[in-house]
Amino acid sequence: MENMLNIYLFGKKYQVPSGLTIMTAMEYAGYELVRGCGCRNGFCGACATIYRIKGESQLHGCLACQTEIEEGMYVATLPFFPLEKRVYEINEIKPDMQVMMQLYPEIYSCIGCNACTKACTQELNVMQYIAYAQRGEYEKCAEESFDCVMCGVCSSRCPAGISHPQVAMLARRLNGKYIAPECEHLADRVNEINEGIYDEKMAELMSKAVDSVQELKDMYNHRDIEK
Amino acid sequence: MYKIDKLNELAKVVAEKRAANADLEPTRMTAEEKDALLAEFHPDYKDGEFTVLSAGVNKGDKVPTQLAELLQGSSRISASDVDLSAPDFDTDVLIIGGGGAGASAAIEADEAGVKAMIVTKLRIGDANTMMAEGGIQAADKPNDSPAIHFIDAFGGGHFAAKPELVNKLVTKAPEAIQWLNKLGVEFDKEEDGTMVTTHGGGTSRKRMHAAKDYSGAEIMRTLRDEVINRGIPVIDFTAAVEIILDENGKAAGAVLMNMETKELLVARAKTVIIATGGAGRLHYQGFPTSNHYGATADGLVLGYRVGASLLYADTLQYHPTGTGYPEQIFGALVTEKVRSLGAKLVNINGDVFMHPLETRDVTAASIIRECTARDKGIETNLGKAVWLDTPMIEYKHGEGTIEKRIPAMLRMFGKYGIDIRKEPILVYPTLHYQNGGLNINVDCSTDVENLYAAGEVAGGIHGRNRLMGNSLLDVIVFGRNAGMCAAEKAKGVNTPDKLTLNHIEKFNTELESAGVKNETASPMLLPHYARKK
Repeated sequence: MENMLNIYLFGKKYQVPSGLTIMTAMEYAGYELVRGCGCRNGFCGACATIYRIKGESQLHGCLACQTEIEEGMYVATLPFFPLEKRVYEINEIKPDMQVMMQLYPEIYSCIGCNACTKACTQELNVMQYIAYAQRGEYEKCAEESFDCVMCGVCSSRCPAGISHPQVAMLARRLNGKYIAPECEHLADRVNEINEGIYDEKMAELMSKAVDSVQELKDMYNHRDIEK
Repeated sequence: MYKIDKLNELAKVVAEKRAANADLEPTRMTAEEKDALLAEFHPDYKDGEFTVLSAGVNKGDKVPTQLAELLQGSSRISASDVDLSAPDFDTDVLIIGGGGAGASAAIEADEAGVKAMIVTKLRIGDANTMMAEGGIQAADKPNDSPAIHFIDAFGGGHFAAKPELVNKLVTKAPEAIQWLNKLGVEFDKEEDGTMVTTHGGGTSRKRMHAAKDYSGAEIMRTLRDEVINRGIPVIDFTAAVEIILDENGKAAGAVLMNMETKELLVARAKTVIIATGGAGRLHYQGFPTSNHYGATADGLVLGYRVGASLLYADTLQYHPTGTGYPEQIFGALVTEKVRSLGAKLVNINGDVFMHPLETRDVTAASIIRECTARDKGIETNLGKAVWLDTPMIEYKHGEGTIEKRIPAMLRMFGKYGIDIRKEPILVYPTLHYQNGGLNINVDCSTDVENLYAAGEVAGGIHGRNRLMGNSLLDVIVFGRNAGMCAAEKAKGVNTPDKLTLNHIEKFNTELESAGVKNETASPMLLPHYARKK
C-alpha cells in the first residue's frame, strides 16, 4: 500500500501519496489548476509557493512543481504577486548608476535583513545581487541573478518593498546590450548576408531541393563534420 | 545518491568504464542504418497510433489519434453565444499566444506602427520557449555559412521541409541573434565577444549559441520585458476558442474566453496571427512530455476549423533525453547540451551504444531499441531507461564546467539528491516537439487570407525532424516575420464590417455527414490532470 502523507492545502487537510510534488499533490486532491501552473519544469516561476512544516517556525519559499511533499506541510500558493515593473526605452538608457536610481530607487531602502535570499526558490543570493545593483555593478548583478525565474517570493518577504526580479531583469538587459563585449563575427556575417553574397548559393540549394534531391542527399551524407 | 541501492550499484559500472568511454569516438550510422532504425523503433512509424481524418481540408491524412479527436471535436461555442456586432476589443493585429513567437510578432507589429494585441490563455511567457535550455542556432562563425546550415537542417528533416522556409530560417538567423542581443539578451561569449558555440545533434558546425542552459528563459523574459515596455496590451488568462471570419471568408478576429470566469469576448482584427505552440500535453502514445502546461494543440484546431491546412501533423519529436528517473521530474527535459558538452549514452553494461550527437529522431529510436529489442536498459519503477554519463563532462573539461554551463540541470537533479557531477542520470525519450503544423508560406500566411501562423504551431520549416536549436531560431525568425507581414497586410485592410462564425455550423455538418462527430470539446485549452474520484 502507498505511503500516505498529511498535507494542508490552504489550511485544509488532504491525504496524498508520498513522492508527489506539491503541484501533483494538488491535482491528486482534485484541483484543476488554471493559475499557479506554467511550465511544470522549474523555469517559468508560475507556481511560487510558501510552506511551513506544522510545528516549525521557518517559512519556506519554493516552486510547487519542483518540491516534493513532506508530512505536515502547510501550503499556500502564490499564483500572482504584484511586482512593480518600471518601463523604459532600452535604446535610450545607459548602464550607469542613475538609471537604477531613477527606475528602482527603493533598492536603496534595503535594510539588509536577507529575507529575500532565505526565501529564494532558486537558492540565489538575492540580497547580494541587489547590492550589486545599488553600486551600478550590472555585470555582477546579471551573473548573480541569472537563474532567477521571477516567481516573486523574494519580493513577498521584503520589508523595503523591492521588486527584486525586475531590478535583476533591468541589470541583465543592460549587461547583455551595453556591457558584454560586442560580437564581431556576428556583425560581419549579418553584413555579408545583407550584401547578398550568399544569395546565389542559397538559390542553387533551393532549386536542388526541388529538382535534384539526390544531389542534396549526397551532400548531406558526405558532409564534413567539425570535430 | 539514488534512493534505490540497485541504481547506485549500476552507476558504479558506468564510472569504471568512464575513462575508456571518454576516449571513444563512436562511429556515426549510415543513411541506411538510420532508415532501418527509424522504421522499426521510432514512434512516428507505429501505425496503430494514428487516425485518418474524415473531415476538413486534410481529409484522408493521418494524424495522431488524440489530435484527430480534437480536430474533429465539438466547438466550445455556438454562433449565437456571442454578439459579433459589438466587439470587446478592436485591433489591427491580433496575436494568439504569448510565447516566443507571439512576443516577437507583437514587437515587430508595434515597430511597424500598427496596433497589436496579445491574448494568451495563461501568462505571457508560459510557453515552451521559456523551457528551451540548450540554445539557438545561427551560422555566424567564419567556418560556417547559411548554406551549410541549410544542408544540416534540410537533411536532418529528411529532405521534406519547404526549401524557401529553410532558406528564410538560416539566412535570417544571424540577424535574429543580433536583434536579441540588442534587446539585451545575454549570450555566452568569450572575453573578446566571440560567441561560445557547441554542436547539437546533426549539426556539422558548432553553431549553438546559448545563455547557460536557460537559453529560452533568457530570451523569453527579455521579450516579455520589451512587450511591457512598449505598452502592447496583453490579455492574459484569456483563450481564443474560435477564429472569426468576415463575409468573404477572411480572418477578422477571434472569440475569446476568460479562463477563470468563462466570460466570452469578441476581438475584431484586420489580421490574426496564431502563435499557440505545440501539443506535448496530448501525451501521444502515452509518452511523458517536456512541454509546458498549455501545450494542447489549440492553434491547430482553431486554424483547421476555418480551413487552414496542416502539413506533417503526423510527425512528432520525441526528445531522446527526457528524465527517466526520479518520478517527480519524469519526462522533464535534459538538454541536448549535456551531450554537446561531451556526455555519452551508456547502457546497463556501461557500454556506449551510439554516437551521442545523431539527430533527435535517430537518437530517440536508438534508446528505445536499447531498452526493448536489445534489452540493455536500466529498470526502475517508472520503466526502462539508459544512462547519460554526465560526470564525463567534468572528466573531459574540468571541475566547475557543469555549474557554469548547465546550472539548471545541476539544480533539477540536485533537488532529488542526485549530483550530476558525480553520478550519471537516467534518460528515456519524452514527447517534445510538433515538427509539423499549420501549413505556411514564406510570409507566414496560411491558406486563409489574413490568417498567419508562427512558431511551433506552424509546419514545413523543419520537415519531418527538427534539429536542436532550430526551434528557438524558428520562433524568433518567423515570429518577427509574421509580425511584420501581418502588420503590413493590416495597413491595406479596412476594419472588417460583417463578422461571422458560420464556419462552426459548416464544419459540424461536414463532421456529421462523415459520421465522426464526437463530444470532445476543442480546443482543449488545458490538460485534465485532476484526479477523478
